[in-house]
Amino acid sequence: MEYLMAGVIGLLFAVGLYHMLSRSLLRVVVGTVLMSHGSLLMLITSGALKRGAAPVLTGEAAYTDPLPQALILTAIVIGFATTALILTLALRAYQERGSDDLEALREGDHGRR
Amino acid sequence: MADADLVIAPVLWPLLTGIALALTRRDRARQRSFSVISVLVGLLLALVLMGRVLDGHILVFRAGDWPAPFGIVLVADRLSALMVALTYVVAIPGLWQSLQVIPPELERRSYYALFQLLLMGINGAFLTGDIFNMFVWFEVLLIASYALVPILNRGYPLQEGFKYMVFNMVASTLFVVAVAVLYGVMGTLNLADLAVRAAQMEDPRLLTVIAMLFAVVFAAKAALFPLYFWLPGGYDAAPTPLSGVFAGLLTKVGMYALIRAFSLVFPLDPDFTRRLVLVIAALTMSIGVLGAVAQVTMKRILAYHSISQIGYMAMGLGLDTPLALAGAVYFMIHHSVIKSALFFVTGATEHVTGTESLKQLGGLARPYPALAAVFLVAALSLAGIPPLSGFFGKLVLAQAGLAVGELAVVAVSIAVSFFTLFSMMKIQVGVFWGPLRHPDRPARAGAVGRLLLPAAALVLVSVGLGIGAHGALGLMQQAAAQLVDPAAYIEAVLAPGGRV
Repeated sequence: MEYLMAGVIGLLFAVGLYHMLSRSLLRVVVGTVLMSHGSLLMLITSGALKRGAAPVLTGEAAYTDPLPQALILTAIVIGFATTALILTLALRAYQERGSDDLEALREGDHGRR
Repeated sequence: MADADLVIAPVLWPLLTGIALALTRRDRARQRSFSVISVLVGLLLALVLMGRVLDGHILVFRAGDWPAPFGIVLVADRLSALMVALTYVVAIPGLWQSLQVIPPELERRSYYALFQLLLMGINGAFLTGDIFNMFVWFEVLLIASYALVPILNRGYPLQEGFKYMVFNMVASTLFVVAVAVLYGVMGTLNLADLAVRAAQMEDPRLLTVIAMLFAVVFAAKAALFPLYFWLPGGYDAAPTPLSGVFAGLLTKVGMYALIRAFSLVFPLDPDFTRRLVLVIAALTMSIGVLGAVAQVTMKRILAYHSISQIGYMAMGLGLDTPLALAGAVYFMIHHSVIKSALFFVTGATEHVTGTESLKQLGGLARPYPALAAVFLVAALSLAGIPPLSGFFGKLVLAQAGLAVGELAVVAVSIAVSFFTLFSMMKIQVGVFWGPLRHPDRPARAGAVGRLLLPAAALVLVSVGLGIGAHGALGLMQQAAAQLVDPAAYIEAVLAPGGRV
């Protein structure tokens, strides 16, 4: 199971990076989202993937480590917030420049200054 | 108020103020008075907290009264209390200048509420005793800064804003990755608990790998070479009072995290980590100052300088002796104070003349002698002229460097000082001396006194730090002593005081 997760994490990072290197604003945003998902999967894998009882101590040996799950919830919420903010910025860029291209951002800024 | 509650007060207080401000968005007068009262009370809280920890006590706040490795802890030792006080020393002047120059539409878009949330994130990062919570506080302050700078601020260049956000989001992703690896290896995220387990590790090589991951993350936040490129454009484009607060505090948070992590958790082994930090410090100093020499607007010169000065703090960390750490802490405080002062002078200049470009300005010393004088003193302090605070910071770092025989980095730091003086004089000569020249704009001379007040106050703090260098350095050495010998920190955090 850990090997599968490792592969998925690697894939998410690779695809995320590929998207981030593109010139389209939206693709860059999608890239950051994919990469942050990769990091979240990594976080949950760090607690070791066990099939066990619920994370309530009943004296049995096998239980799932609850901490990574708590951490991930926090990280997901933060990820939502930053993604929403960067989408806002991308939307505004699109409204102001009428284009989804990173080069258009730079040209528009030069015109302004 | 119990001692433990005092530790969380600098985090809760800005949060409460921020909520109150968000609820009173339409009432401009109330927003302003609330903000001012809040930062003054915040400074008071920070000073009380500092008073409690100066004698060597370490105060621990345990959320929900859970014992340390399981619950969330906030810890105040001398260094974190000093940094929290520093937050307010920079934030009060920044807020004061914001009151004068921030355009009303930005005020209506919750400028003051976000300003408070930024302070909350910074204070939280200084006080946290847990590496995942450090991530959370970093995100709190970053989200506040995203909202303050590129999103609500319509004049902000979109490309710089996008670059700033994407860069920091990638750094945050890497932070989560580093936390995941650390948790996978060590099974804990509490700094004190990590310190105990790291000392017991048989094979520290894996720890060095994790340390480097964290070093990259924190170096990105602190704008160390080669991860500094988001900084100049980002600071340049922000409203000037915010540039001052950012330059004073944001990079310090990254630097504080580096110092905290490397003094407590990750061992600095002399062959690899220390050498690496010193090389990075030297490169950061040189690249930053060379970047500054090439710029032609006040804010850009100052922004590049921030990078160069971060190098000095990294040098203190890399030398890794009690004296060097004391020097690094002293330098952090000196630089926050003086760099924000310089930005606030720039803000005043910009407000009066409408520009901060060296090409369009000249001879401002004649109509505004106070402006020129405050800038001159601040610039000399930055360059390290005795008896101002910059001199003692560099002197201590150079002494510490010579004591361990790291001559190369000391030589670089002295050479960089000369370039610093050169580029500060470039502003002084270009803007304040020579024939009077500035764009036509209805003079706002009456406002200069009020605008200059924050910068003048900070310059006085710098002079005080310089004249009282003996006492100040003694305090920093006490703070460094706690860093060098973390036994008391570990004991205070892991003490069985909580409920099991």
